[in-house]
Amino acid sequence: MDFGFLLTAEYRDAIVAGLVVTLELSALAAIIAAVLGIILAVARMAPFAPARWLSAAYIEFIRNTPLLVQLLFWYFGAPQLLPQVWLEWLYDRNFEFAAGLAGLACYTAAFVAEDVRSGIRNVARGQMEAARACGLGYLGAMRLVILPQALRTMVPALVNQLLNLTKNSSLAMAIGVAELMYQVREVESRTFRTFEAFAAATAIYLALSLVITLFAAWRERGRPQPHARHPA
Amino acid sequence: MLDILRDNWLYLLVGQYPDGPLGGLALTLILAAVSLALALPGGVLLALARVSPAKALRIPATAFIWLVRGLPLIMVIFWAYFLVPIVLGMAVPGYVTMIYALAFFTAAYLAEIIRAGIEAVPRGQVEAARAIGLSRGQTLRRVVLPQALRNVIPSLVNQFVSLTKDTSLAFIVGINELTYAASQISNRLLDRPAEIYGLVAIFYFIICWSLTAWSRRLERKLAWGR
Repeated sequence: MDFGFLLTAEYRDAIVAGLVVTLELSALAAIIAAVLGIILAVARMAPFAPARWLSAAYIEFIRNTPLLVQLLFWYFGAPQLLPQVWLEWLYDRNFEFAAGLAGLACYTAAFVAEDVRSGIRNVARGQMEAARACGLGYLGAMRLVILPQALRTMVPALVNQLLNLTKNSSLAMAIGVAELMYQVREVESRTFRTFEAFAAATAIYLALSLVITLFAAWRERGRPQPHARHPA
Repeated sequence: MLDILRDNWLYLLVGQYPDGPLGGLALTLILAAVSLALALPGGVLLALARVSPAKALRIPATAFIWLVRGLPLIMVIFWAYFLVPIVLGMAVPGYVTMIYALAFFTAAYLAEIIRAGIEAVPRGQVEAARAIGLSRGQTLRRVVLPQALRNVIPSLVNQFVSLTKDTSLAFIVGINELTYAASQISNRLLDRPAEIYGLVAIFYFIICWSLTAWSRRLERKLAWGR
């Protein structure tokens, strides 16, 4: 067992490049999934039935199909569905990355939406009623009154989704995104040092989980605990 | 899409069986069911070790659970492909290795679910059982576990849903389950991948969504019984 070879420029650079792609992919997907997830949750509870149905159908379908199939769909299926101009634009850049990002963001958004929805439910009913009575519309009340309160109670659940997303980003290797898992397999197949390569990847993934968990705990430290639903 | 289904439904359901190896949706369900059956006793033992007062049990169990839950499933699968032949000292068919990987991975998640179930059993139950003269082992087996496991049944069904979705990763290591079968058809038809992967997504959805709906019903029923 000798980990020294991993520090030679060739292999070290490959693994660092993979880690950077994993971080970029996870961070971008997290931002898109957060925005999309909030929109889905608000639509899921809207006083307008077709918005509720559409959102529910999206959430149920995405949550009950494998992420890998969705990634394959985006990667292989998008060329069949998107206009030629868009495709050329994407092919000039990084098509694998775009497909991986689309798949991860759409998948994670469905899970975020359910967390946001339960966060919204935990805000006292009277808040919505009071906001509406003050003359705010449904969307205005959500944006200015309900969501700011709900989002604070959801931090642990959202951190958990971020952890899942970071781990899930490894599946992008299946469609050729050169992220951490992909690069580690490259190093492994070039050197046949399976144990060392896998151990390095394992350590990096665990370190990522640890950093995210600790960062969340540090951010939460000293904040007043969000209180449970007020009695009606 | 319907013509693809008409031409390939048998292949998607059972692979080349009976003329060749079993594959497709049947293999997906077998992988998920066998892995869950193996993971369940493992998960119970890990959960018991995790709440055990003995440090020698608690620390390794906690470490194992933390390790596995911190890793992507594909990493666990790659480790299994590397380690299982070394540990067993012989070559093993790919689907067996896949089952080991899924079972190990799922056991760590089940352990946390079951631990929550054990901790939700009121302390008075243990005290009452000990007071009427049951030993520690009997208390656990006859009083705590039956209640704990009953309460976590809906979560177990949800875990089976995750597991069914996770079996799609067998595609990456070339096992001919549903996702792999879809990629084969896609390679053959060349120009219709969106329809094929959409179709297979519907296959998964039917299975997973019916199970999810069942678990929601179970949850309501259990809530009634209390």
